[in-house]
Amino acid sequence: MIPDIGYIALVLAFGVSIYAAFSAWYGNRSGQIRWVESGRNATVIVLPLVALSAGMLILSILRNDYSVEYVWRVSSRDMPTYLKVTALWGGQAGSLLFWNFLMASFAAMVMARKWRKNLNLMPYVIIVISMTQVFFLGISAFIENPFVRLAMIPLDGNGLNPLLRHPGMIIHPPMLYLGFTGFVIPYAFAMAALISGQLDDRWIRNTRRWTLVAWLFLSLGLILGGRWAYDVLGWGGYWAWDPVENASLMPWLAGTAFLHSVMIQEKRDMFKMWNIFLVVMTYCLVILGTFVVRSGVISSVHSFAQSAIGPFFFAFIVIMFAFSAYWMTKRREALSSKNQLSSFLSREAAFLYNNFIILAILAVVFLFTYYPIFSELVTGEKGFVGAPVYEQALAPLFAALLLLMGVAPLTMWYRTSIQRLQKATVWPALAALVITVALVVLGMRYWAAMLGVWIVTFSLLLTLMEFWKGIHARMKRGEPAWTALANLMARNRRRYGGYWIHLGVLVMAFGIIGTELYQQQTQMHIMSGQSITLGDYEMVFNGARRYAGPDDLMVTEADVDVFLNGRLVATLAPQSELYTRTGQPMTIPDARSTITEDFYVILVNWEPTSANEATFRIYLNPLINWVWAGGLIFVFGTLVASWPDRKQEEVLEARRERVALGVVGD
Amino acid sequence: MRKLASITIFVVILLGLSVGFVLAQSDGTEAPVVREVSDDEVNDVAQELYCPVCENTPLDVCGTQACADWRELIRTKLAQGETAQDVYAYFARQYGDRVLAQPPRQGINLILWLFPIVAVVLGLVFFGRYLQNLRAESAGTAVESGGGTAVPPQPPAPDDYAARIEQELRKK
Amino acid sequence: MSTESIQTGAEQLDIEKPKKSFRLGTILLWVVVAGILALVGWGLVNANKTRPEQGEIAPVFQMEFFNGYEWENLPAASLQDMQGKVVVLNFWASWCVECRVEADLLEQVWRQYQGQDVVMLGIAYADVEPNSIDYLQEFAVTYPNAPDLGTAISSDYEITGVPETFFIGKDGKIAHVQIGPVDQVTLTTMVNRLLAE
Repeated sequence: MIPDIGYIALVLAFGVSIYAAFSAWYGNRSGQIRWVESGRNATVIVLPLVALSAGMLILSILRNDYSVEYVWRVSSRDMPTYLKVTALWGGQAGSLLFWNFLMASFAAMVMARKWRKNLNLMPYVIIVISMTQVFFLGISAFIENPFVRLAMIPLDGNGLNPLLRHPGMIIHPPMLYLGFTGFVIPYAFAMAALISGQLDDRWIRNTRRWTLVAWLFLSLGLILGGRWAYDVLGWGGYWAWDPVENASLMPWLAGTAFLHSVMIQEKRDMFKMWNIFLVVMTYCLVILGTFVVRSGVISSVHSFAQSAIGPFFFAFIVIMFAFSAYWMTKRREALSSKNQLSSFLSREAAFLYNNFIILAILAVVFLFTYYPIFSELVTGEKGFVGAPVYEQALAPLFAALLLLMGVAPLTMWYRTSIQRLQKATVWPALAALVITVALVVLGMRYWAAMLGVWIVTFSLLLTLMEFWKGIHARMKRGEPAWTALANLMARNRRRYGGYWIHLGVLVMAFGIIGTELYQQQTQMHIMSGQSITLGDYEMVFNGARRYAGPDDLMVTEADVDVFLNGRLVATLAPQSELYTRTGQPMTIPDARSTITEDFYVILVNWEPTSANEATFRIYLNPLINWVWAGGLIFVFGTLVASWPDRKQEEVLEARRERVALGVVGD
Repeated sequence: MRKLASITIFVVILLGLSVGFVLAQSDGTEAPVVREVSDDEVNDVAQELYCPVCENTPLDVCGTQACADWRELIRTKLAQGETAQDVYAYFARQYGDRVLAQPPRQGINLILWLFPIVAVVLGLVFFGRYLQNLRAESAGTAVESGGGTAVPPQPPAPDDYAARIEQELRKK
Repeated sequence: MSTESIQTGAEQLDIEKPKKSFRLGTILLWVVVAGILALVGWGLVNANKTRPEQGEIAPVFQMEFFNGYEWENLPAASLQDMQGKVVVLNFWASWCVECRVEADLLEQVWRQYQGQDVVMLGIAYADVEPNSIDYLQEFAVTYPNAPDLGTAISSDYEITGVPETFFIGKDGKIAHVQIGPVDQVTLTTMVNRLLAE
């Protein structure tokens, strides 16, 4: 009964989406606003329908209704309740339903919030969003139906994939999906602008915050994904250049390029076509990435079991790409803004350099990710691109981007004199050099590390100086430092939010340099009472035990003492887990974590038959916590930049009007 | 192929423990062991290889029994005096180039090294010329607009921090 | 909202003069879009490829037999060389439980048909070489066995697991595919039928 209600709601949502697209199209064509409004209402109604459907699926999982195949696949009786809820996105069919729910939420929100001000764009927005929903709901309802019944009702389910039982994995997919589905809003508005021919920057104004929010969720998804890999996968790292990771990195890169270049359009009314292109590309990369991951076109550790959605999904992609490219081609003349550049040393030029570097990174990641298909097409043998190849190709590009990140904020619109830039950069450059030399004296040897540290320190100093300049000016007016900082950020949210984001990235960059170039590791088989030495650390193995965990889990836990320069600093309990039902092993490392480094221990092997012997693998990850700290700063900055601010909106609105009238703003 | 891989892994794990000791016994029957090989040496080699049956998992961190067996095979080979290069060649021959973290730099694979360089260089050339055009246009309009000089229009309010902040404070 | 305003807006836009630099961009855009779609589309077809079915020509492959194994005194052979003979192509692995079920049977049938136009081939899929050799010794296997070098043979035959057995007729066409362990009746019936053809 409950699954039936869920399925009926799902099919209804599918039907309502078709209606929404049709009535918006018809209303716009015939000039009858009633029909467009009806289309809007239909778009909003999809949300409760999909929510009901998802709710029914969760309820089925909670009720252990194993007559539903999906419930049997991802859940089991003994699973804790919170895992039963999150099992909603633990498999292909459920996660598509969840995806639909998130997309419907964004659609309903945008209808509620942006209706009155954009009546001319809305019919097209409804059509684009609804057609996307028709596709995804269609897949959920007819191809990957989560409510399919089993002929025989099993007594117990398979249980959730052990890899997905970690807290990080519980919030990581929703964040990614929020990021992915969120980009439908800017895409729909951009397409609406193209189709309607209303190519002023209204679509940008209306979607700027949506884009930033979608981008924030995508960033969060990426960071949490890294953290999850570090905590659960037990290989001492956080990013493996796996196709699935790349599939979410690529839209993030395109979105980052857009968030920068859009400022040129806002300030100088240039590069309109380019911005539309970037937004469209971002969303196309979202859809393409989702397709590749879910259809099994590219294999990955994280990919879903192969399913029948491939051909339908591919048809949708062909239509979507062709549709997008067609309208961009058709409106190319209307969009040919008079692009001008007063100087190579200007803010607008800096944003263009940023776009160039980011797109170069994107192109490389794209080629490498799709290389297995490409090489199989050409040579017949599936090629493979491992992490080292990515790192070699991308390191110089990322270095250039970090350097630009520091210098670009010093430039001004129109032109910046070279003297001014020199004056502003010479002392930070020297200071960064002094720090680098100091580190070399302390024993830093890799030239890559020297260059990296210099660039990151240099950019970090420049960014901090931007803060200082603002604070200093306010302090001269008698404000205490903290108030000055708070006011500065409150009044220029985007600018200082952006600087916080830059700070976050730079802090992360230190962490990445540390872990990439200075990771140490060792593996050894020892008896209890014996020890392993790595760096200044010594680890003593005290013993191990095996016990039954929740559900079908069998845990093996070792007890080790960690000594730093002879002093006991931590007692760790690395575990190796076995989910007996599926026979899937898991390695849960334990770490002694400090600001300078992590002492990260993995229990590789322990057998009860030789109870006092075990194999350990130890990693020493310098500065790894800087990666997470940088991530937090990054998220904070994005929140600052995207926090709603009525007053600022009005100021920006006024300035845009001036731009539109031909008066150049600041 | 994915189904195959997952079936493989599943079976490997089920059977794993029972097969493990067979290998251990076989060690003696191979060529004479030249020296002891530490886990670290094995991992150094395994790091540059990927598990042939699981997707995108480096061999040194792969947790399945099959990978453990492959690591033992690396140990045996190193003990018999083979170099890391020999081991890579052996694995590539047995399981295909896709188990190598760095594909061999030959044939079509050269694209992986050439593309980033060519793309950036070509991109820079076109991008540079495009920027040149933009600047020329900008200079052109300045002349048209009657200034007589090639100086582009200056922004009405310079983007100077101190001035901006002063302005803001005054507004307050 | 009125549609007129939209339409007039669009008309006005179309009047604006075309710009040359965008032409190149447009062509590039379509070429890249078409290229990506073609690549991904091919990838999709390729990913959904299934094993060659009954009646299809068996894909030709080369093999280099394990140490101590040979076919007609050759240490290496191609399926092509076996044209005119019945070929029983068996994929197995030392880690595979079900393969152990059929191992003795395969060897027994091989001995039974020795001297006739039947070749039995064992291909060790994704296996660790020493383990394969131990497995062969354990079951005293004498028919030609080879590792699946470069994982090439199994990917040509698109096997979905082990064991899988392909029965190839004298004409080089696949006559039957056995998923999972093969039983005595199927094995002897198939071989006899193919020998009779």
